[in-house]
Amino acid sequence: MSELAAHSAHPPGFAHQFETIAQQREAGKLGMWVFLVTEILFFGGMFTAYTVYRSLHLQAFVTGSHLLEVKFGATNTAVLIVSSLTMALAIRSAQTGKRKGQTIFWLILTMLLGATFLFLKFRFEWYHDYVDGIVPGVSWSYHGPYAPGAQLFMCFYFFMTGLHALHMVVGIGILTVLIIMTARNKFSSEYYAPLEISGLYWHFVDIVWIFLFPLLYLIGGRYLGS
Amino acid sequence: MSEHSEHGGSTEHVVPVSTYVSVFLALIALTALTTGVAYMDLGQWNTVAALTIAVIKMLLVVLFFMHVKYAAGLTRIAILAGFFWLLIMITLTLSDELTRGWEIVSHGWGMIIPLMIRLL
Repeated sequence: MSELAAHSAHPPGFAHQFETIAQQREAGKLGMWVFLVTEILFFGGMFTAYTVYRSLHLQAFVTGSHLLEVKFGATNTAVLIVSSLTMALAIRSAQTGKRKGQTIFWLILTMLLGATFLFLKFRFEWYHDYVDGIVPGVSWSYHGPYAPGAQLFMCFYFFMTGLHALHMVVGIGILTVLIIMTARNKFSSEYYAPLEISGLYWHFVDIVWIFLFPLLYLIGGRYLGS
Repeated sequence: MSEHSEHGGSTEHVVPVSTYVSVFLALIALTALTTGVAYMDLGQWNTVAALTIAVIKMLLVVLFFMHVKYAAGLTRIAILAGFFWLLIMITLTLSDELTRGWEIVSHGWGMIIPLMIRLL
């Protein structure tokens, strides 16, 4: 402690239980990754269940997949990839000690892209699904071939994209806090751990979508036409 | 690539903007590729192609955007453990699920390949 106190110029945000700010940063990142590992297994459970039921009801899952529109899935994939880039640039601008206005700019852009993803999802996918009657239990009017299995597929679709969207909403909340913290000069090139750790979360949510897109939209024999 | 922060005490790598932009362009290109490939009839290979491209995209995000390329060994082990456990969950679940249809035990392991192909 006395040795630590001798460092009169240690940066704000430096917690006293750590030897150095670098050690604190590593500990923070490791902690976040341990959380993300639990998230990998959380989403992994759904991916596993999806795989099992897909193997049991292959034709029905192909039918279900054709009820989705690839253009929205692909657009949203691109939107999330851009948002991952802007998030990485936000962290970089804090890391290299750029003006806080620059960090805030990238953070706001990330948040807007996240909101764009959710808007597309709600307005052009889920809402249309409701109108078209392909929401199991709420609005179901599809009675074509493999209808019961297609209903199962749509259950998976809504659970998986729903939980992903929930993570996006949480991510937008985190970004709001980060923008306020940046505006209040909480970060420096020495201390920007909350930005970096939140970035890990944001990129993770992007990765979940990177797998949801092919699994739900693409692998259902798109070449057969819809 | 191994540019260090100039500020004292920091051992953090500053990833050049050009690297981020290259990774971003690769991710967009792979998204276009996976979408395009889905409209080609490759039979069972459609699923393989889609998942392979998804894994490549994941690796790009994990290594560069999430800085794992520059991360400490301990962090890497924690991440690998996570994926290893995911693999255990999927493998054990499928090894149960896909072998329930076996009627004649003597066909044994020879059935594994056709059963795995059924998944695709």
